[in-house]
Order: sequence, then C-alpha cells, then structure tokens
Amino acid sequence: MHRTSHLIRPRFDTSRVFVHATLIAYLLLALLPVLLVLMNSFKSRDAIFNDPLAWPTTDTFSLIGYTKVLGRSDVMHYFGNSFAVTVASLFFILLFGAMAAWALTEYRFTGNRWLKFFFAFGIMVPIRLGTVSILQLMVELQLVNTLTALVLVYVAQGLPLAVMILSEFMAQVPSELKDAARCDGVDEFRIFFKVVVPLVRPAIATVAVFTMVPIWNDLWFPLILAPSEKTQTITLGIQQFVGQYATDWNAVLASLSLAIVPVVSLYAIFSRQLIRGITAGAVK
Amino acid sequence: MQSGFSWRVAVFLLPALCIYALFSAFPLLDTLRLGLYTANENGVRSFAGMDNYITILQDPQWSHAFWNAMANNLKFFGIHMVFQNPIGLLLAALLSLKNVRFSATYRTIFFLPTLLSVVIIGFIWQLILSPLWGVSERLLGLLGLGDWFEPWLGLESSALFTVSLMSVWQYIGIPMMLIYAALIAIPEDIVEAALVEGATPWRIFWFIRLPLILPTLGLVTILTFVANFNAFDLIYTVKGAMAGPNYSTDILGTLFYRTFFGYQSQVASPTMGAAVATIMFLVILCGVAGYFLAVQRRLQRFAL
Repeated sequence: MHRTSHLIRPRFDTSRVFVHATLIAYLLLALLPVLLVLMNSFKSRDAIFNDPLAWPTTDTFSLIGYTKVLGRSDVMHYFGNSFAVTVASLFFILLFGAMAAWALTEYRFTGNRWLKFFFAFGIMVPIRLGTVSILQLMVELQLVNTLTALVLVYVAQGLPLAVMILSEFMAQVPSELKDAARCDGVDEFRIFFKVVVPLVRPAIATVAVFTMVPIWNDLWFPLILAPSEKTQTITLGIQQFVGQYATDWNAVLASLSLAIVPVVSLYAIFSRQLIRGITAGAVK
Repeated sequence: MQSGFSWRVAVFLLPALCIYALFSAFPLLDTLRLGLYTANENGVRSFAGMDNYITILQDPQWSHAFWNAMANNLKFFGIHMVFQNPIGLLLAALLSLKNVRFSATYRTIFFLPTLLSVVIIGFIWQLILSPLWGVSERLLGLLGLGDWFEPWLGLESSALFTVSLMSVWQYIGIPMMLIYAALIAIPEDIVEAALVEGATPWRIFWFIRLPLILPTLGLVTILTFVANFNAFDLIYTVKGAMAGPNYSTDILGTLFYRTFFGYQSQVASPTMGAAVATIMFLVILCGVAGYFLAVQRRLQRFAL
C-alpha cells in the first residue's frame, strides 16, 4: 500500500495483483449466479441435481425445459405484452418529455420555474405511493386489465427524469441555429422537430435506455393494474409461472434463462450508451 | 430564451403536464387525502381525521406489524449502507486507477445484475441457496466451510439479512457507476501535484479523492434511502406477500401491499392502505429534506 511507483511506472507489483484479484473475485460473484442458471437450463433433470456445477455434456444435454416453456403459447404472448407496453411508453415519454423540456428551456413565461420544480419533484417521490388512487382512477376510466393503464402510469413515471435530462441538453443547443431558422420564418414546431430534436439525439437515446429497464422489469403495476391472463407482462408471467411450477426445475431454469436473454442482449448493444449516460449525468 | 406565453408553449407543454399531473401528482395527493377517510362494510367512505393513523400506531395488532416493518426496513437500509455502498466505492476506486487493464469489461459486467428483473434475481438466489439443490453447500465445501451451511432464507434469524444481501448484489452497479463517474471527473493535476509532494496513493485516496466526491456519496445515500423505503418486488418474489418466516422480512412495501389488498383473515382496505402509503411518503420526504439540508450546509461550508 505504501508503494507509489505503480502509479507512475506501471509494472507487475503487489498492489497491482491486489487490484486484479479483487476485481476478478467480484467478477465471479457477479457472473456465476447467472451462468449457473444458464448452464443448468440445458441439462437433464438428473444432471441438474447430481452435478449442478458441471457444464452440460453430450450425455446430460437436454432441451426439455425449453420445449416445456415454449410449448406454452402464453409465454410469447407475455413477451408481446411487455414489448408493446415498453415501446409505447418509451415513445410517449420521449416525445412528450422532449416537447416539455423544450417549452421549459426555450420560452420564458410565468410559472416556468414552478413547473420545473413540479416535474423535478417526481424524480424523488416514487409513483408507487399513489397506487391506491391510481387503481381507483383506472377503475373509473374502465382501464383495469388493459395495457393502456400500464402505459399511462409508466409515461407519468418516466416523464420527470426525461424532462430534466433533456432540458440540460436543450439548454446547450446554440441559439444561432434557432435564431437563423426564425429569421427565415421557420415555424416553431418545425424548429423543434427539424433542428432541436436531431441535435439532442444522443441525449434521447440515453433517456430511452434509462427509462426502458425499469418499465420492462416492473412487477408492481402489472400485478395491480393488469394481472389478467390476457394482459400479463413477461415479468409478472415469469413470477407466477415459477411460483406455480417451482418443482419442475427444467421449466424453471429454462424460463429464467429466457427472461434473462432479451435484457442481456439489449445491454450488449446499448451498454456503451448507458454507461456514458450515467457517467456524463453524474459529472454535471 | 423567448419571452411570453403563447399557444405554442401550451401545445409543447400540455401533453406531458396532463399525463404527469393526472397519473402521478394527483394520485399522490389523493392518496394523502384518502388516508384521512374510513369505509364501512358497504364501501361508503366517511371522513375519519387521524383515526387510521391512531389505529396504526396504537392498536396493538397494527402497531406491532407496523413497527416490525419499519424496523426491518431500517435494517434493510442499514445493510445496504454497510455493504452495497462501501463495496461500490471500493470497486469504483479500483476501476478508476490508472492503467487497469480490462476496466471497461469489469465495469460492464459489474453493472449487469442491476438490469435484470428483481423476479429473476430473486429466483436465481433462491435456487442457489436452496438446501434441495445444494449448490451453496457444495461451494462452501470447496472452501472447507461445508458445515456452515444453513437454509438462511428460511430461518427467522437470517432471512432478512440474506434477502438484503441479494438486493445489495443486484444494485451495487448504481453506486459503483456514480462514484466512478465522480472519481474520473477529478482534475488530474490535483492528484499529480500530491504525487509530486510525495503522497502515497492510499493518502491521496483518503485525503484528496474521497473528500472531493462527498457530494456524490451523499447522492448515493439518498438514492439508496428512497429505493429501500420503496422496495417491494424482491421480498414479494422471494418470500411472498406474507414476508415470512413469521414476518421477519416484512418491510413497508409489503405491509402496504397486504393492507391495500388484504390477505388471509385481513380484509383489504384502500383507506388504511392509503394511510400506510402516506407514512411511507412522509418517511421518504424526511429523508430527501434531510439530504437537501445536509448538502446545502456542506456546500456553504465549502464556500467558506
């Protein structure tokens, strides 16, 4: 710990070994549980129990869990529901969030500061605490057990952060661009959609990735607002499926693996965007 | 900035404002109001003032469950503060060192569990800790600690601690990333100046880097606080709505769910549920207010 040299001249020494030993130890801790489930999902029932820590071999390889799970047509249906809800929510969060952020940063009007504070409040206070009244409202609007109910709640939940992050970026759009367009008599709506939105596209992508994960993973609102067979999301579906078939280990491991795959593939594509978003956001 | 309020501003602002007001702000306020009402068997509501709160805090049946959930929630938060944030700080500090190979890969994988659904995480760990499967027993056996194994999730004494550690395992990526971002934002010349003065990396960390990232540590604390006092999914997935064994893993989120929807002999009560939600709201509000006061103070001290 008292050797300073490695910061100046990188070379093999004890502190460097300590750094990598710690990082690798945590890497295993972070990765092994997920790997364990994935690799056992491809094994026969006996092999899962006899040697849970072994990779599947030609003797023990089995797709029985997957055929069981995918044989149930509802699994694909749940995926479809989750997909529809997530995409629709994202679309409205980004569109309405960008429009509101633009209004709040570009135009001076009475109540502007107050409105910013109103939106900022929603970042810290979880929408879940309003559930009693949300359910009542959805009953009155006859939206219980519809995907629309979920979309409305997720849009309301996602807007505060979207407005805050997009405002930051829109404030940085050079005024020369906007003024030039205005001098040419371009309409405010066209300025927004043709000039501003393309310029803040990286920020929009970041907000999209941030917003997507909690919506896809949410259990609370599907459980309360849309628990019917027809409207279940994949998170709720997996929760109930695994609860009911807890003894069928092949099916449980296969359904867990199936639920992991979409998120991990998305992460593989967007991890750079996501990490850059977090690090950029935190520096400000 | 353009001045004046026009119909254009309204068009830009109204969709977001309406949805946010109608499905977030209004339900929140309405829940605070509903907590002051009570309903009879026919569902007819009448104003009851503070009755619900008096029941929760004084009726032995309610107060016992409430204080148990509150205490468990505090422990849940405490365990996150003791494990999640220091380990996150350690990982971030190591990753932000110069010339650490593969640091981007480490970072990406450490953050992966955070993205998985709590439902998946809950079941994965349930399987791993299950005495039936014996994976943890075998792994402990490899370390020569096989006799230590116990069904931790099923024991009243260890269930809450075990569930909390699952949550720590999942969410450690968030403090790690935020702290990492703050660490790499520290201007290089400050650290180099200290190196030239002969400071060791250890001293540089404690006396230069750590004080500079205090605001981020404050942010991490308040984010952890809000998330922990709003938690529900993991306990519900792993231990069910009853938060067993014998309510030893019950936190405010599961208590709220049971009060609102009912369970076994307990009748569902939206108004009582609203009262529990209001208390959760107040707890979170106090935390957030405390954070802003503390940070405000600190910034003022820095300004001097």
